[in-house]
Amino acid sequence: MSAEHGFQPKIIGIICNWCCYGGADLCGVSRFQYPPHIRLIRVMCSARVDMFHVLRAFSNGQDGVFIGGCHLCDCHYVTNGNFTAFSMVQVFRKILKLIGIYPERLRIEWVSAGEGIRFANFMNEYSEELLKLGPVGKSEGMDGKTLALKLEAVKKLIPYIKLVLTQRLHVPVMTEEAYHEFFSSREFDRLFDELIADKLAISLITSLLREKSLSTGEIADSLGLSPSEVARHMIGSSRQGLVRYDVNSKCYNLA
Amino acid sequence: MTKEPLEEQVLQITADNNFGDVIVVGGGISGIQAALDLATTGYKVYLVDKAPTIGGKMAQLDKTFPTNDCSMCIESPKFIECDRHPNIEILTYTEVVSVEGEAGDFTITLNKKPRYIIESKCTGCTVCAEYCPVRIPDPFNQELSSNKAIHIFFSQAVPLVPYIDESCHFLRDGKCTICVGVCKNNAIDLHQKPEKRVVKVGAIVLAPGYDVFHPEVRGDYGYGKYQNVVTSLDFERLLCATGPHVGEILRPSDHKHPKKIAWIHCVGSRQTTDGGNSYCSSVCCTYIQKQVILAKDHDADMQAMIFHNDIRSYGKDFERFYQRAENLPGVKFIRSYVTVGREVPGSKNVTILYATTDDGVKEEEFDLVVLGVGLIPPANVERFAEIFGIGLNAHQFCNTNAATPIQTSRPGVFISGAFQGPLDIPESVVAASGANALVGELLKARRGKLSKERIYPEERDVSDEEIRVGVFACHCGANIGRVVDIPSLVDYSKTLSNVVHAEEGLFICSTDAAQQISNTIREKKLNRVIVAACTPKTHEPLFRDTLREGGLNQYFFDMANIREHCSWVHSKQKEEASQKAKDIVRMSVARVAHLEPLQEFDLPVNKTALVIGGGLAGMTSALSIANQGFEVHLLEKEANLGGMALRIPATLEGMDVQEYLRDLIRKIYEHPLVHVSHSASITDVSGYVGNFVTTVRSEGRTRIIKHGAAILATGAVEYRPVEYLYGKTDRVMTSVELGEQIALNDKKLTDARTLVMIQCVGCRQEDRNYCSRVCCTHSIKNALKLKDINPELDIYILFRDIRTYGYSEDYYREASGRDVKFIRYEPGNKPTVEAVNNGGSEILRVGVSDPVLGREFAIDADIVSLAAAVVSSEGTYEAARLFKVAVNQDGFFQEAHVKLRPVDFSAEGVYLCGTAHYPKHMSEAISQAYGAAGRAIALLSQDTVTASGSVCEVNQDTCVSCGACISVCTYGAITFNETNKAVVNSVLCKGDGLCNVVCPTSAISLKHYTDEELLNQIDAAIDRKQFEFENR
Repeated sequence: MSAEHGFQPKIIGIICNWCCYGGADLCGVSRFQYPPHIRLIRVMCSARVDMFHVLRAFSNGQDGVFIGGCHLCDCHYVTNGNFTAFSMVQVFRKILKLIGIYPERLRIEWVSAGEGIRFANFMNEYSEELLKLGPVGKSEGMDGKTLALKLEAVKKLIPYIKLVLTQRLHVPVMTEEAYHEFFSSREFDRLFDELIADKLAISLITSLLREKSLSTGEIADSLGLSPSEVARHMIGSSRQGLVRYDVNSKCYNLA
Repeated sequence: MTKEPLEEQVLQITADNNFGDVIVVGGGISGIQAALDLATTGYKVYLVDKAPTIGGKMAQLDKTFPTNDCSMCIESPKFIECDRHPNIEILTYTEVVSVEGEAGDFTITLNKKPRYIIESKCTGCTVCAEYCPVRIPDPFNQELSSNKAIHIFFSQAVPLVPYIDESCHFLRDGKCTICVGVCKNNAIDLHQKPEKRVVKVGAIVLAPGYDVFHPEVRGDYGYGKYQNVVTSLDFERLLCATGPHVGEILRPSDHKHPKKIAWIHCVGSRQTTDGGNSYCSSVCCTYIQKQVILAKDHDADMQAMIFHNDIRSYGKDFERFYQRAENLPGVKFIRSYVTVGREVPGSKNVTILYATTDDGVKEEEFDLVVLGVGLIPPANVERFAEIFGIGLNAHQFCNTNAATPIQTSRPGVFISGAFQGPLDIPESVVAASGANALVGELLKARRGKLSKERIYPEERDVSDEEIRVGVFACHCGANIGRVVDIPSLVDYSKTLSNVVHAEEGLFICSTDAAQQISNTIREKKLNRVIVAACTPKTHEPLFRDTLREGGLNQYFFDMANIREHCSWVHSKQKEEASQKAKDIVRMSVARVAHLEPLQEFDLPVNKTALVIGGGLAGMTSALSIANQGFEVHLLEKEANLGGMALRIPATLEGMDVQEYLRDLIRKIYEHPLVHVSHSASITDVSGYVGNFVTTVRSEGRTRIIKHGAAILATGAVEYRPVEYLYGKTDRVMTSVELGEQIALNDKKLTDARTLVMIQCVGCRQEDRNYCSRVCCTHSIKNALKLKDINPELDIYILFRDIRTYGYSEDYYREASGRDVKFIRYEPGNKPTVEAVNNGGSEILRVGVSDPVLGREFAIDADIVSLAAAVVSSEGTYEAARLFKVAVNQDGFFQEAHVKLRPVDFSAEGVYLCGTAHYPKHMSEAISQAYGAAGRAIALLSQDTVTASGSVCEVNQDTCVSCGACISVCTYGAITFNETNKAVVNSVLCKGDGLCNVVCPTSAISLKHYTDEELLNQIDAAIDRKQFEFENR
């Protein structure tokens, strides 16, 4: 985690009209100062922030994505959309971690229209944090191409992840405590591994193999996985006819 | 008053600018709401305030209880709404001098004080204030900080125009005209004179509000003598981010953070001593709890001690709010009267002496003392009453009576807000909407006659045009221009694709600049417009309007916020801020290319109302709506009208409830526009605002009622106790039953020698964690009545806190004076009741433990009366289910906004009133019933309602019929069509876009916030050229 000299983080903020945008406005009205790294986009509800949007921002080389909404249970809409935004962020952060990106780059916070200072504090803190993390990809030790390849693999899975989110990762009780409890539980980890992590690994592997044939060890290296884990995925994928093992080169190809 | 000549008169003088329908005197939150409701209903309104801006006391509050919403944030959008309403003329810095005439035809003389600013020329840039050399104590900040002699009252003021205080050098001795010189618009006129204006109106709504108690007069608790004793309103400003220390709590003597703060309750209230007020100010207990919570938010280590009498958490969710404050670490609530000891030399801390149950009197030192000052009538209230010819009550507030809480003693003059007596914000807002209903009954023939609608030029079809973007960059005086390099921003904008025009302006929002944009749209054939200036939250409606004036669809507009999100927050980094402004504009340009013209569509409004519940509230609403000329269906589940009020013989103030009810019921049956269904139940509700279809079963018949609005007044019931031998002996009864028996002169009562009342039965406990609000007053009413009948009767009232808020306090005092014995008990040590055989006759032995005396008492009583909780009715849950509206955790209706939309539901077109909202007294229920009627009429008087164009749409080809969108849309806006594809009902869609993200195929899309629009914005955040250069 070494900051590059002269590095200035680039941040996209997508914030809800009713609360966080108002908070950012009040922050301005109150003249609270924060670093000029963030570019804000207004949506009506934080729930409108799609995984595709977050993904696109990182693909574009944004170093951070900030989502701002109303405090939980204070959503302007009876849909309580900020809970959905919260869930999405929890899952996306795990995905980022899995593909070797610092999950802290994606952040969600609640700021009411009366909390100008809170918005400023988040901006200061977050800018500081991203400054320490350094530029996306590079500071995680991957070149632009690898980053793009990994994000592309995630992108392919998004429709599926959306289904998992609504069908399997639904928290029945809409309270802050219940959501925090669920998303920090082992049950969530287990469901994530079972439903998303494996699929994502396979998606990443097929993306890699699209470029060229690779050995199990090479795949493990590029994805930061253990060889045994890769081997498990390769066997499964071979059975499903996704990949083919070439005995001569001891490498896997796409089927 | 005869109708014909008046109507003619109205039509004749329509063109006259000084002819209106209603004058609203007082521009606080209540006056604002009254003006908005009246104007929307179709009356021309003058909104008059003596201050330089509208806003009133609410604008000075930091947050509002019990939600801790930011007060200014929720109030200021209403300022703009008033300002833009074609039927409201705002007259600030103006006072009413005289009133002549009668209901329907008043002549009002106004005096506009000189503010020394030409309002039409001023842009609100505040350059004048920057240059002004005179500093004055800032009245908005309770004189805790200074401001300039010329200044805007507060930054969200409407009109956003400064005024000049008398301390100005020029006004005092004719020297200094610096402000005149620096004003680029020549908007300052130091020779302005007061202006007289005469307007004619049909009705008057008085909303002068209240004042706060002045502790300096008597020097209460050292106020005015010790620097570190402040009032609660001072503290409100200290808490506020726009306050004297930008949201830091600093005490006056040394500007240090106080670490230990004391709050003192009931300052100036509940006192019969000279200079005090005998009534309870109703709001202080809860606002003090709010201040404690907020102060702890500011500084978690702060110690707080709250010295109180009874804690009166009688409002909706107040009890939980109290518990929240009480449970904070370092916060102690102490029930004790106090005196202030002394100021400690050096530290200037202040000591307080208070009584404890264990250690006697203690003296303790505090860094800061906050006085919970009460509410008093507005300044010069006698003169005010004289001008309007209205009566005042014994407390110098407006004289009203329980059945007509919104009417003054003079016909045609109505009242709204805290001029009725101590009220909190929602009640003031309710009364404002209620005033709309009552004015409507008086002026129904004039409705819509003077009201104006904006006419726009025809919209240009741009579908075949190539994209032509215009960028207008605003200096905002110096607010943006001083930080962001605007000329370079304009040059840069011109290089962006699709941009065909870019220009800068000093104030793009000024009326002439907006006109200029409309012209430029036509001249340059622009079909997308970007204003790079301030926040869309305040200015988007203005510019959308400008586009319509220019013949362009209003959704072809985008605001690039380079002020709040740029120049103001990066004011020391000019270069970076200038770069960021370019990025923001580039993102906006990328977005607008993909914008689509959207149509806001008009839905017809069925002009019939449905009122559910034929109790006092429901009947009052129904009758008011009918009196304004609209058809009403009134449903009652029982065979007779009247509801719970049938069981209440009289109110505390002595109103004969049964007589009032008989009269009301007669009027209901006699009114040709009211249709009553008895023994009615609803089997189905469908439709939406303006177009509901409700199926009703009544007396064996099923009917379908089509209606535009619904008022839910399903009432509440008395809890049936299981405690204290209730139901086991007829000597234990509820207080409602006791009231009935008193009215019947029951022998049990007349023979009784001792009677015990137990308060808080079934509520203020874990399973019903709220206060039922009315029971203390009911018990005291019964006690006084019993004392009238039998002065020898011994009456004990066992209570936790006596919650006789407002004027009822006087009756509490009367009961004490007439030897009704009040014994307090702790919730952990509730009284006991047992039946004891006493020499052949059965008596009830009541045990109670007095925490102050530390003693157990046993009272042998003939009768025990239980103040049983008010609980929500089954009908409330039923109505909530049918109309898809919310109930809170206690089973009462959940209004759209606790403070500012107290009788609306989130679902449009559905309103609430009465005890189904929360337990309340009759006059409060009546007030709320008028409020609901006023809100419903504001809707029913429209021919159409407008729905936003930014709604969702489904691509039928990519929809996979998974139903994910349907299950998340709690508005019920999405359904499957006959081919099992999702379709959106645009009327019900609120445009939050949640459905978009759950759709696995991205088949559903929110217009104006489409993926295409957002992704292009995201892409444009990176300056491609710059990025590639850096990554070579």
